[in-house]
Amino acid sequence: MNTTLKIVKYQLHDVIRSKWLIFYTIFFFLIAEGLFRFSGDSSKVVISLMNITLIIIPLVSIIYGTIYVYNSREFIELMLSQPIDRRALYVSMYVGLAFPLAAGFSIGVGIPFLITGFHEPGALSIIITLLASGILLTLVFTAIAFFVANLTEERIKGFGFAILIWFFFAVLYDGILLMVTYSFGEYPIERPIIILSMLNSIDLARILLMLQLDISALMGYTGAVFRNFFGSNTGIAVSFASLAVWVAVPFALGMWRFVRKDF
Amino acid sequence: MITIKNLHKRFGKLEVLKDINLSIETGKITAIVGPNGSGKTTLIKCILGLVKPDKGEIRIGDVTLNGHWMYREDIGYMPQTARFPDNLTGQELLRLIKDLRRKNNSPDEEIIKAYKLQSEMNKPVRNLSGGTKQKLNAAIAFLFSPRVLILDEPTAGLDPVSSSSLKDKINKEKDSGKTIILTSHIMSEVQELSDNIVILLEGKKFFDGPVSGIVNGSKETTLERAVARIMRDAQL
Repeated sequence: MNTTLKIVKYQLHDVIRSKWLIFYTIFFFLIAEGLFRFSGDSSKVVISLMNITLIIIPLVSIIYGTIYVYNSREFIELMLSQPIDRRALYVSMYVGLAFPLAAGFSIGVGIPFLITGFHEPGALSIIITLLASGILLTLVFTAIAFFVANLTEERIKGFGFAILIWFFFAVLYDGILLMVTYSFGEYPIERPIIILSMLNSIDLARILLMLQLDISALMGYTGAVFRNFFGSNTGIAVSFASLAVWVAVPFALGMWRFVRKDF
Repeated sequence: MITIKNLHKRFGKLEVLKDINLSIETGKITAIVGPNGSGKTTLIKCILGLVKPDKGEIRIGDVTLNGHWMYREDIGYMPQTARFPDNLTGQELLRLIKDLRRKNNSPDEEIIKAYKLQSEMNKPVRNLSGGTKQKLNAAIAFLFSPRVLILDEPTAGLDPVSSSSLKDKINKEKDSGKTIILTSHIMSEVQELSDNIVILLEGKKFFDGPVSGIVNGSKETTLERAVARIMRDAQL
């Protein structure tokens, strides 16, 4: 077994037993189950779940990820005094946290769907898209958390920076987009809007879901632009590819920093 | 033999190590002492590859440290503070370290037995006392009979019985030819254990030589008084 897998095995043992992860899984289970009981229609449940997912997953992933790296500081030193490559440790820490978080969300949301919502036509593709966006957002924001926590030694600074990043992408960004659309409405701004949407992973995840659900009324301006510009299928592919870049770039930056850092 | 040549390290504006030149003898115990913030831990971490020097060279035997990690096969490290993943048990932690070391020889579990750690090994690390974590920390450092042992304030947080059995183990390892580097603020401990002493002051090497030499040369009766005198004179 290679070094990364060996460490991942023990990281998983550690994270899976964390009461926070169990709480996170139960939280999604209760929300999804509750929504099914009130609504019963998969599409409506997905839309409500989507709004929760787009806020909660980035927030939990970035905060939990930052705390996790800071709390592992002494353990990282111990690991790095063993004959292992820094890259292997970084990858295993990332996988050891991001995978259980993604699994917690998938299990919490997936079980109510399996029990209640699976009989409806098209439910499978909807739930797969919801799970995929949730998993990708977990990977993106855990990668950002790892980068931020390796950037500065001061916990308070790192933690504040992490929350600021979440606030910017989850709350402020939509306002900025709206302002841009409003101010430059008379110009052909489709392309700049598409680029601006791609620069926000939360927006991408939302567009991905909206295109899959194909509900024009809820698509919003960016969703509609995406569909008109790419068509639904290409739009979905472009969103997926952009989200993959969103995982890869912060992950690579974090690793670059980790390899060069003094512990 | 560990050779350190012209080692420099700076953290931002703070110059932590200033042109350190040092030879650490094989088969001996070398203590690195100095006031808080003098660069002891940074020097140790440079040898471990945890801190990357700005300038200078470190050689362990025939190997020059160049960012590769294989040389750490031969090093056992006991950090100052023990903190492990909360939800792992002691047993799992030891198994992780064993998995990472490629050596097939039977691990040295003398410390685990001496400290009667077996009964604690199935508890999650978060439920262990500070002292027990420190004992686990020591057990990990000695586990693979490494040729070089680096111990950062090894007896801090240990009760007198555990502390003296750790010192016995350190002496036993030295007798079997291991190279041991330790830091400590307890001069009686340094005097009891060490052959050589290195004094660091504000990142500079101030003294490097046998423990007996420093006591005899200073006209003081104990190492503590001799070292205190050197530090006071240096700061004047």
